[in-house]
Parts: sequence; structure tokens; C-alpha cells
Amino acid sequence: MEEKIEKDLKYYAKVHSMESFGTVDGPGIRFVLFLQGCHLKCKYCHNRDTWDINGGEYKSVDEIVEKIKNYKNYIIPSGGGVTVTGGEPLLQAKFVLELFKRLKKEKIPTCIDTSGMVALTDDIKEVLKYTDLVLLDIKHIDNEKCKSLVGVSNKRELEFAKYLDENNIKMWIRQVLVPGYTDDEKDLLKLKDFINSLKMVQNVQILPYHSMGKYKWQKLGFKYELDDVRDANQDDVNRAKQILNLKSYN
Amino acid sequence: MDFEQWKGFEKGDWKREINVRDFIQRNYTPYEGDESFLAGITQKTKKLWDKVLDLYKKEHDSEGGVLDIDTKTISTVSSHEAGYIDKNLEEIVGLQTDAPLKRAIMPFGGIKIVEKSCEAYGRKVDPEVDYIFNHIRKTHNDGVFSVYTPDIRAARSSHLITGLPDGYGRGRIIGDYRRIALYGVDVLIDEKKQELDILNVDDFTEKVIREREEISEQIKALNELKVMASKYGFDISKPASNAKEAVQWLYFGYLGAVKDQNGAAMSIGRTSSFLDIYIERDLENGVLTEDQAQEIMDHFVMKLRLVRFLRTPEYNELFSGDPVWVTESIGGMGIDGRTLVTKNSFRILHTLENLGPAPEPNLTILWSTRLPDGFKKYVAGLSIKTSSIQYENDDVMRVTLGDDYGIACCVSPMKIGKQMQFFGARANLAKTLLYAINGGRDEISGKQVTPKFEPITSEYLNYDEVMQKFDQMMDYVAKIYIKALNAIHYMHDKYSYEAIEMALHDKDIIRTMACGIAGLSVVADSLSAIKYAKVKVIRNEDGLAVDYKIEGDYPKFGNDDERVDQIAQEIAGQFLRKLKRYPTYRDSKHTLSILTITSNVVYGKATGNTPDGRKAGEPFGPGANPLHGRDKNGALAVMNSIAKLPFEDAEDGISYTFSITPGTLGQDEKSKVNNLASMLDGYFAQTGHHINVNVFDRALLEDAMEHPEKYPQLTIRVSGYAVNFTKLTREQQLDVINRTIHEKI
Repeated sequence: MEEKIEKDLKYYAKVHSMESFGTVDGPGIRFVLFLQGCHLKCKYCHNRDTWDINGGEYKSVDEIVEKIKNYKNYIIPSGGGVTVTGGEPLLQAKFVLELFKRLKKEKIPTCIDTSGMVALTDDIKEVLKYTDLVLLDIKHIDNEKCKSLVGVSNKRELEFAKYLDENNIKMWIRQVLVPGYTDDEKDLLKLKDFINSLKMVQNVQILPYHSMGKYKWQKLGFKYELDDVRDANQDDVNRAKQILNLKSYN
Repeated sequence: MDFEQWKGFEKGDWKREINVRDFIQRNYTPYEGDESFLAGITQKTKKLWDKVLDLYKKEHDSEGGVLDIDTKTISTVSSHEAGYIDKNLEEIVGLQTDAPLKRAIMPFGGIKIVEKSCEAYGRKVDPEVDYIFNHIRKTHNDGVFSVYTPDIRAARSSHLITGLPDGYGRGRIIGDYRRIALYGVDVLIDEKKQELDILNVDDFTEKVIREREEISEQIKALNELKVMASKYGFDISKPASNAKEAVQWLYFGYLGAVKDQNGAAMSIGRTSSFLDIYIERDLENGVLTEDQAQEIMDHFVMKLRLVRFLRTPEYNELFSGDPVWVTESIGGMGIDGRTLVTKNSFRILHTLENLGPAPEPNLTILWSTRLPDGFKKYVAGLSIKTSSIQYENDDVMRVTLGDDYGIACCVSPMKIGKQMQFFGARANLAKTLLYAINGGRDEISGKQVTPKFEPITSEYLNYDEVMQKFDQMMDYVAKIYIKALNAIHYMHDKYSYEAIEMALHDKDIIRTMACGIAGLSVVADSLSAIKYAKVKVIRNEDGLAVDYKIEGDYPKFGNDDERVDQIAQEIAGQFLRKLKRYPTYRDSKHTLSILTITSNVVYGKATGNTPDGRKAGEPFGPGANPLHGRDKNGALAVMNSIAKLPFEDAEDGISYTFSITPGTLGQDEKSKVNNLASMLDGYFAQTGHHINVNVFDRALLEDAMEHPEKYPQLTIRVSGYAVNFTKLTREQQLDVINRTIHEKI
């Protein structure tokens, strides 16, 4: 805890890891920064090791920006950028704000991958001013099911989506497709209505649930609750896409 | 000079002198479009290719994968009668022997290799040949071993220096085969006669005499080439008059070379955009259609896929399968800013679609960030589909080599017709480091291989002490290495001179002494461990350091981490400077490559535990690759680490083998292509030199290991070239599978 006090959270972040070649979290080639710490408890989480706020390693914004600059030659021609994910990156909003300000100076596009399940503080609103794209992971469109799946109400994330929309911030809606949990036709139709109520949605991604993150739970000594759930396959994804009528985005 | 065959071509210096580049520059048509003009496979090609596939199958099912051997005829440019696959179907003709896939014997490099190879495949060399080369005619191999010193032999047998071309052909010489198409053989003979005349001087020194003898050999070889072509019913004394002839003339030149030499790499140069000029002329004159143009190129490539050499199983184990390195360099930019991409650049790549993927020819894209977008996208897409393409940095090489160079073997650039190299295989730098620690004793055998140096005796390794001793040992290795290479190339010139290839060069050429290193990332990581962690030495009862225990963590090569990347850069430069201290045969220029081909497996096997934690016998990373599993920050971090290795210190090439799963490259086909093209733009903008691109899933390779019959054409890129995956040894297959394949969970 002592170390935490020493660090100015504007200039330092708790980092889980970095990936120099991300291609699935936003357009083009992305430098992906995984921040440590998450307040949700998604049963299907494939990065269980990013939850603990006390884990990770402090890295300075200078260090991270310097590193990212080494990849401009790849990022820029591809139409890519930097994606900050986690964990829940907006738990470290002060840092993300500073980082994005610097990236904007370098003309590097910015993106946040978030659940949106955060209070819309001034800090976060400020971050969004410097954000080119938000990947908004709708956990569950049904509030009760949402609580059971991730431990938190979906009220905040739906409000978050509306805020993005009102402030003309581009977003991609993501839905992890967990068989038996998020693939009910009624829920998907409800999700469709919600998406259609927003004007800033650029893309909708159905991410098929897979159990490849299970080993991380076991390694950390936690019980994996979705043991009986099968991986979602291409047919599941196609069905969901059909229900959501996604043609307009592809 | 003027010929009716040149009608329609823009004039220039090329008419006054042998100058293919000038001809290209004045006559070629840059192409900035996409692949939509390409034609599919013709019926004729399909029929012919089916016959080849049948032959492949027969070859695969034969003992040791060798269909047949002509054990009697000593192969020379004109030795064999004409051979065909199916005369009625072949647009381009010519085989190395009188039948497809029948291998020839080339004993001038060494009779022992020929004998061993024949025996390995259940044959015996003809007794007369055997007698001649064992009792009357000395070979390159005999020559080398008659002069090797004990220190060279010791370094060689302890695998400190390995893969030396002392028992086989050195290769890596590219004849300018285009000259035959453009000028015809008679003009080239006249030119060589003039060169002889220049050498009719009063100071009749050893150098002059040698050159006169070599040029006389070249003239003889050119005459032989005409004889060979005439067996197929062609007169190549005059220039080619159309596209089909241009391909045929050029191919005859190449065929002459692969009949004359069983070289370690027999590359073809930079031919496709040259040939495009002939195709464009014919298309414009209405005497050729796009279908026919593609057919000619398909048939040409088919011939290149049929080139075979007789080699021992050990050689194949070292180099994985049966590589010929028919490297064809494609694309690049001209120094005037126009792209050298033509429609024929697309056509030769399109053979991968018409005939399916294959390791040969070794299709090599000279990449520039300024290449036309349509071309970038086309090759990136093909890479994803076939894993059969490699890329080299034209923007970096053009600076010193101009715009008419080609790649020999995997990564070695040379000006076509103006430069050659003395291929030097490589020194095992990881072992050199272990020798530095052990005072020149081998870490496995315990034998004193080098003269006695002071070993390190402390419990923990001290960085400065290790560096000082490593410096001394590198100096020793460099000395022995150059001695060996001087002996090898002296004897190769003397007993197995590449007359036909050198006949397609200028009189005065640049020669490089192409040295190489293996195990760079192992050395860099070892030194990093010594510097940033604590490395405890574990010694056996004889006091020999045999293992190391690392306490703490240390930065590892391949993570874009300056601390260790810098060590790798310094070591490469340091070794080159060591080499430069020793004079070379024919005053050749010292160069260095960071390339292992697939021998990283064999070298690893012969090297003990290293201070980075790598266990004895485990493979090194191929070329400049990080050791697998050590890169933790994704593909681009690896690329940045490798791109930092300075090309100026490793002008003979820096090889990087990259593998990625399709899903990691992007979410849909379009973004995969876009991401790969951008990745290449980025890597080369970072001044990376070479990259092999493989796109496949691990599961696919595992399945191919178990069911090879399902994947007859599965091609993968390994250090600097491509191989048929199912032809690899199981060990090499495992190495490929265990190697870092970038994937996202």
C-alpha cells in the first residue's frame, strides 16, 4: 500500500500486460494496454488474472507512451491505434486521460474497451473527450440476468451508452455469446432494440464464449462456474447475428 | 549491335554493351493495378501439372524420396539427351537429365558425397566414374582436405564452425540468365573474347593467368549451352524473338547452371519484370493472349519446381527436405521512383494459385513501403493463403545495391551479373561463448579444441570478465573461420569452377566472403542474464562448466527491450570486426549473415547448456529469431527487436521467421490482408531486413504430422526459404510447431 501512495495516479497505472500486435480490439493494428483491476465478476471472464486491484505492476505514462511510439510505423498505415482494456480501464481514469492526451499529440487514435459499468465522473467524461472509439461490452441486456452473470446491475452501462450517443462518441457494441446465458432470443431482440435506439454505433460484434481462459481461474485457485457450459460455435454466432439483423454493420 | 528480334524496343546503352538493367529501365511497363487481369489455369497446364503431381507421388513413394538416378553420366551443361514430361504439352522444355526427377551425379565437388548419396538410395556409382574420381581426377572436396590444418579440423568436428561447403557445391551464385534471352549466346561469347583480349598483357601474373583460364572456361560453357539447347531443337545463338522464346532462352541458361553445379543454393535472379517486357510486346502485337502468357509462366515455374539434386540424407536433415533455393526476386522500386512491379510480377505469384502452393521457386518480394497498394494487398492475401512467400527490404538494400539486385539463397542480396559471394555457412556463436567460459574446452566432450585459454573459475559469472574472454574467443573463431573459407573457395574455383554461371557475369565483379553466425539470441540472452540477473556456474568433477543456474529475472531478446537488444546488436558488429582482421581469398569483402536455415536444430543439438537457461541439445531460434517462448509482448515487439540489428553489419542478410494463426491476424479476410500489409510496411520502415510469413493454426500442423498424405502441398516458410512440411524430419516438425506461433486467446 505504501507504494501506491507514493505513485501519482495521473502518471502511473497498474498494468497487467501489453500486446504489441492486437487486431481484434478495434480497427487495424492496435497496441493493446491491459490495465490491472476490475470490479465486476463476470463468470466467463477469460482474463481472471486482471481482477485483483493489488496485482499488476506500476508503469509510468512516459514509459508507456515511449513504447507505443515504437509501433507508430505499424499502427498508422493500418488505420489502427491504441486500445486500453483490462481489467476495467476506467477504474484508472486519471491515468487514461493523461495517456490519451499524449497520444493525441502523437496523432495516434485512441480506444477504450469497457463495460461502461462505472459512474460517469468528471474524470471519465474528460477521458471520453479524448477517445476516438469505445468498445462497449454490454454484459447482459436483462438486468436480473446481468446481476447473476456479472454481479452488477446493467443500469450504468446502458446509461453509459446513452451518454456516448448524446456526446457523439463512436462506439462498437460487443456481446459475449454464452450459451444458455446470453443467447436467449428474447434478450437478443431486446438488445437489438437498444442498439437501434443509438445513432453512434459503428459496429456490433458477437464474441463467442470460449473456455480457454478457464485455466487462469484454476491457476489462481478459484472455482470456474461455467464448467458445464459449452463453447459457442460459428452457428451460434450466425444465429445471434441474424436475430440482431447485423447486416447493416458488415 | 542490332537485331531484328529487338524490333519495338526502345534503344539505349544496352545496345552498345551488355546492360540488362538499361534495357529494363527503358522498356518496362510499371503496373499499379490489382490482380483482376490474371488468367486461370489452362486445360493444357492442368493436364501437364497432373502428370507432374503423379511423378511427385512416385518420387515420394520411392526409397528415400529419390525417384531415379543416372549413376553413369557425369553431369555437365550438355551431358544428357533431351528429356520431357510430355513433349506435346510442354510450352517450356528442358530437364536436368533425360527424364523428369531423375537425378544426376556431379562429382567435381566431391566423389564421396556422390557415392554416399547413391548408396543411401540403393544404387551404386558406375565403376568407371568411381575409378576416375577416386584415382585420376581430384575434386573440390579432396583439394580442401589436402590443405586443412589441425585447428580447422578441430573447430569443424566440434561444431564450432559448421555447414561449411567443403564437401558439396557452394552455390549462391546467380548467373544473369536474362542476358541469354536479350543478346543470344553469340554476343556473350564475343564479349568474353574481348575480355580475353583485355587480358592479353605483358605482365603475365598469376592473377591474369587465372582470369584468362576462367574466361576460356566460360566461353567453352557458353558453347556447350548452345549444344544443350540444340538437343531440344532450339538455336539460342541469337536473341529471343518473342515472350515464349525469352522464357525458354532464360530457362536454358538456368538449366545449364543446375546441370553443371549441385550448389547449396541455385537462385535464378530477378527475371519476371524483365520477361514482362517481351510479354507486353507480344500482347500489344496481338500475338499473345493473357491466357497464353500465364500458361508460359505456369510452365516455366513447373520446370523450376522439378529441379532436383542428389544429396545425402544427412544434408537433407540439415536443410530440411530437398531445397534448391530457386530464389526469384519480385517487385521493388527503381531508383527513379517508378515501381518495378509489372503484370508479370503478378503472374509468377499467381502460379501459387494455378498450380497450388510449393516451396520452389523461392518467391521473394522486394518490399518497399512505396510499392503499389494493389500489389501489396495481392501478395499479403497470397501469403495468408499459401505461406509460400518471403519478404526483403528493398528500401534498405536499394541504397547500396541499386535496383537490379537479386537474392541468392535466402537473404543474400547481390547485384545481378556484377557480384558473387563465397558462401561461408556459419559459426556457432553460442558455442563460442561456452568455449570462452571453459577456456576452449568443449562443454560436451571436455576436449581441448582451441589452444588453452584461461577459463573462468568464479562461482558466479561476471559480465565484464565474460565479455573480455568472449572477445578473445570470437577472435580465435574468426581466424579459424576465415582460414577454412579461404581454403574452400580457392579449391572450389580450382576444381569445381562455375563456368556457365560466371559466363553470365561481367569480367570485373564484386566478391564477398559471406560469413554467418548461429545462436545470436541465445548469446544475447545469456549475456543479458549474466548482466541483469545472477548466473551461477555448475561444474563437473573436471572443473568443466556444464550448467548454469539463473537467480532472478533478466530482459530477453524479442521484447523490444533496449537493454538486451543492444547486446545483440553489439555482438553482431563485434564479430564482423573480428572477421575483418583476417585477409580473404581474392580480396573478397567480409560480410555477415544472421541466418541458420533450418540448421538451428542441428546446431542446438551439438551445443551444451547455455547461461540463458536453454538446455543442452535444445534448438536455437532460427536466424535472428528470439528463442521460442521468450517473447512476451506480441509479434511487433519481436519485429522491433530484430529490426534493430544493423544491416550494415550483416549485409548478407538477417532472417526472421514469423508464424501467426489466421485468427490473430484479423477478424475478417479484408482486415487480415490489410493488417499483414501494414505489418510489413511497419517492419520494413523499422529497417527490418527479411521476414518469412507463415499463417496457419498449430492444429493444422499437428494433423499434417499424423496424416501427411492429406497435405501433399502444405508449404511452410522456414529460415529464408520454404519447405514441404511433410518432408521435414519429425524433429524439425516439432521445432516448427513448438516455435512461437503468435496467437490470441
